[in-house]
Amino acid sequence: MHKGADYKPIQNGQILSVWDTPQDPAADRIATGIIEGPGQTATAKQFEGQALLAMRMGKKRVIAETGAGQHGVAAATVCARFGLECTVYMGTEDMRRQSMNVRRMRLLGAEVVEVKAGTKTLKDATSEAIRDWVTNVETTHYIIGSVVGPHPYPEMVRDLQRVIGDEAREQYLSVDGKLPDAVVACVGGGSNAIGMFTAFIEDRDVRLVGVEAAGKGVKTGQHAASLVGGRPGVLHGSFSYLLQDGDGQVLPTHSISAGLDYPGVGPEHAYLHDTRRVEYVAVTDAEALAAFKLCTRLEGIMPALEPAHALHQAGLLAREMGPGGRILLCLSGRGDKDMDSVEIPAKSEASP
Amino acid sequence: MKVGEATRLENALRVNGDLKLVAYIMAGHPNQKKSIEVGKKLAASGIAAIEIGIPFSDPLADGPVIQKAGQVALEHGMNVAGALEVAGAIAGEGVPVVLMTYINPILSHDARKFAAEAAQAGVAGVIVPDLPVEESEPVAGWLRSASLDTVFMVAPTTSDARLETICEHSSGFVYCVTVTGTTGARKELPSGMKELFGLVRKHTNLPIAAGFGISRPEHMKALLGAADAAVVGSAIVNEIDHGRDPLPLVKELLKACR
Repeated sequence: MHKGADYKPIQNGQILSVWDTPQDPAADRIATGIIEGPGQTATAKQFEGQALLAMRMGKKRVIAETGAGQHGVAAATVCARFGLECTVYMGTEDMRRQSMNVRRMRLLGAEVVEVKAGTKTLKDATSEAIRDWVTNVETTHYIIGSVVGPHPYPEMVRDLQRVIGDEAREQYLSVDGKLPDAVVACVGGGSNAIGMFTAFIEDRDVRLVGVEAAGKGVKTGQHAASLVGGRPGVLHGSFSYLLQDGDGQVLPTHSISAGLDYPGVGPEHAYLHDTRRVEYVAVTDAEALAAFKLCTRLEGIMPALEPAHALHQAGLLAREMGPGGRILLCLSGRGDKDMDSVEIPAKSEASP
Repeated sequence: MKVGEATRLENALRVNGDLKLVAYIMAGHPNQKKSIEVGKKLAASGIAAIEIGIPFSDPLADGPVIQKAGQVALEHGMNVAGALEVAGAIAGEGVPVVLMTYINPILSHDARKFAAEAAQAGVAGVIVPDLPVEESEPVAGWLRSASLDTVFMVAPTTSDARLETICEHSSGFVYCVTVTGTTGARKELPSGMKELFGLVRKHTNLPIAAGFGISRPEHMKALLGAADAAVVGSAIVNEIDHGRDPLPLVKELLKACR
């Protein structure tokens, strides 16, 4: 579908011209790696592409689901920018723990619809958005927030999202003259990761690491690590890895980060997992939280809890590689939204 | 595929002047015993076939009423094996039984085993709304091998090319989704639905069952002479959910079928 549209012309030029503002650089160079940076609309560059696609199809209304609220904010932002009506589905539980983003979406003019069904998180918000979409498909385009859902979404979102990987790869080559040793990204549905990995898939020497949410530990059953702890199944129109019980019922998930709190994962990740091109690991809530604090202290960059999982893994990798190791980490969102989920000590803690 | 003799379902839904009624219930709603009781009662009421839902945690095609019924059934431990017991008990009454569920519980149960066990229970056909016809093998093949009908759905948004493929792969009947959207009672049915029936008739001689949104006697009147059968789900499930006997509603709907 997206390939049938005037896809190439809107792919780079138009997207970048809309959002590349001087005070909002696409990449911050820090420490030993390049961090693909959290701009105002955080996770993704796919929204502009999808909004343009919606307009090309003559759709006046956009719907989206959101977990962490980042995707909802991004959708609301592009809709405000292009004058499209916007409805965002969000689980009750996520509205509570990501209330700042709820306010941002409303400020941007979006309607936020509370989803009280099931687990009250991303999975049920996605189901509700799909139901809206099949009902109002004549007027409405559904911007899925990840590389999940029915075809052609996983492919389309990857193609739009890969801008971040292509840019990062180019920057590495132009600044360092060579590619990174490893690329690390967190994986919920897996859009930021696939966007980053796609550019490096053919670079066989570059190690690719996807980091899932181990919640309270994969063995406890309270986690969201579909690839590490699930088995193949169908949810939301694609066949991939899925957290499910013995009867094929989708299991409730747990993660400290709303954006990773999803029982499925994009089908291309299942392929990259099975073919072993990408290593998938899982990082617990506690580890992610420690990385969140450490990064805030050391770098002055407060990461979102989602990429904080990847940060923990990057730390392990860095120790493994030793000095001179070069790691590209996708810092797919900023942590302001997570201030309510993170216990901040009343007094400042001693420096680590 | 539609070669060979007409199947049990096809014969049951073949129109002979009247509109046929297909009643839907959810296995295990409000519990296994009661769903068998209600199903047996409906089987004897004059309906042409009964559709039995197997609950799934994420029923994308369903509106609030059937979603809730599924949740209640799951909370009572209903699963594929339990639903096949319900289906078997109701099929024993002689009415053709169609199972309706999503692909993941079938895959998880093992699709080949599911086909054999459903046939053993006396089931006539299976509807899987999230199994697109393009991806339906090998599951559909296993169902056919077990002499089960594979009922695929068409919607107002289905392209003509896909419509043809869906009709080719369907047996028993073709399920025409009358509305764009999910299951659930509607006040009015869309005016364009008869055009969809016309398009389907161009591609197949199978009976056409209309479903989604159908809940009232006046809907039956509107479908009489246009479709072969009407599937009523949410309206019946809603009666059961409120602890009421759905039989009066079904009788009223049946009266409007003539």
